[in-house]
Amino acid sequence: MSKMTIPFGPQHPVLPEPLHLKLVMEDEIVTEAIPQIGFVHRGLEKLCEIRDIHQMIQVVERVCGICSMIHAMCYCQAIEKQMGVEAPRRARFLRVIWSELHRMHSHLLWLGLYADAFGFESLFMQLWKIRERIMDINEATSGNRVIVSVNVIGGVRYDIPPEQLSWILKELGQVEKELKAIQNTMLNDYTVKKRTVGKGVLDKATAYELGAAGPTLRASGWAQDARQLRYAAFDELDFEPVVETAGDSYARGAVRFRETLQSIDLVRQAIDKLPAGEINVKVKGFPEGEMVARVEQPRGELLYYMKCDGSKHLDRLRIRTPTFANIAPLLAMLPGCQLADVPVIVLSIDPCISCTER
Amino acid sequence: MIKDFIEKSRAKSPWMVHFDCGSCNGCDIETLACLTPIYDVERFGVVNVGNPKHADLLMVTGAVNHRNKHALKKIYDQMPDPKAVVAIGACGLSGGVFREAYNVVGGIDKVIPVDVYVYGCPPKPEAIIDGVVKAIETFKAKAREAA
Repeated sequence: MSKMTIPFGPQHPVLPEPLHLKLVMEDEIVTEAIPQIGFVHRGLEKLCEIRDIHQMIQVVERVCGICSMIHAMCYCQAIEKQMGVEAPRRARFLRVIWSELHRMHSHLLWLGLYADAFGFESLFMQLWKIRERIMDINEATSGNRVIVSVNVIGGVRYDIPPEQLSWILKELGQVEKELKAIQNTMLNDYTVKKRTVGKGVLDKATAYELGAAGPTLRASGWAQDARQLRYAAFDELDFEPVVETAGDSYARGAVRFRETLQSIDLVRQAIDKLPAGEINVKVKGFPEGEMVARVEQPRGELLYYMKCDGSKHLDRLRIRTPTFANIAPLLAMLPGCQLADVPVIVLSIDPCISCTER
Repeated sequence: MIKDFIEKSRAKSPWMVHFDCGSCNGCDIETLACLTPIYDVERFGVVNVGNPKHADLLMVTGAVNHRNKHALKKIYDQMPDPKAVVAIGACGLSGGVFREAYNVVGGIDKVIPVDVYVYGCPPKPEAIIDGVVKAIETFKAKAREAA
């Protein structure tokens, strides 16, 4: 049988973003996948030379529009740590609330796209309908639906008043109820299982060797979550990483579904323990030296490295995002699968190309 | 008579194709949110399709960069006439927050002609729907001209 190359992307119905894969096929079976990236590269790391450290918050928020708040939180935490400033306790709890809301909306978005990838359109519509409640909370608390822009160096910009907190709890109760109603379809439906179980298997050892991150890693049996580093207020909250062992597309979906429910619980805990007090502290001067911070993004571990010589501009900003770590595992999953399963498997790592290419 | 029929029905149900041209995803998820039950652009007859050869409206998000400007041009050229283009978000209008970055060409109108501009970072789904409705009007006028 002769080999044939099929292009996948950059503009493809299941991908909201441009990713190009060259699939080397033997009959209907993929034997090799060659990624070609660079369609979303903007070069924003270099913008740190013309924007000062406070303006850079707005730029790093736009590394990725889906988890924008978490990018800014990581950036601010790195600078705060270097300058010896600690964000007030209330600010740290508010950061947890917004970051978990972002995780929920990201996971719901992904679960919807994933359902759409295997042709279950009504499930896609239902999940996105639930997601709108989270977007409403974002809009009510910060004024914007997607890019909430709440972080500043030294704390957060907005406070959440008590009446809004009780409204958030009510909305989350509704989200939980609606998710529980869908749970059986998402996890036990015959159609869903037929399209996902055993597709794109990544075993435990390979996942570790190739440096997978986030739900892709946890679906292969590793209980590793950057929130275990106990940044922000996670040291006072109670949670366990969600782990599945099968390592296939179904397991990755299940991890994300269960993490969404876990995030609801985390927001509830954070609101319950939310202390009174200031929401930010004034920060004077500029950092000096090298800084590193790690946080857990919806897609996995995010790392910021920065270098500054005490002037108002950073010397170097380097962002390592989870999708970049997950591309090597993706290339290991694809060989041996059917062409029809490629969209589901590509989507199962939750690719965020604008994070990867920046 | 057939001409009249085509002119009328074409504008009643324009199909759209969405291309992410180096955006941060913010505008893309808002464009997708337009298709979901709360906002639902399908009530204007708009259907999201994957193939540019089937599409009448092109929704573009993001700042154009030196690599995907060729892909964008190709997609635009593949669409049959008449067609309308909607540029979504601050980046699509001018390059936005990334306008000074080395790999960014600038707004979408530097590569292809744009009919409707939707501003915001990201624009709300309501604004995008407004843009789509305006684009349908432009599309109607273009279709009438062509007929």
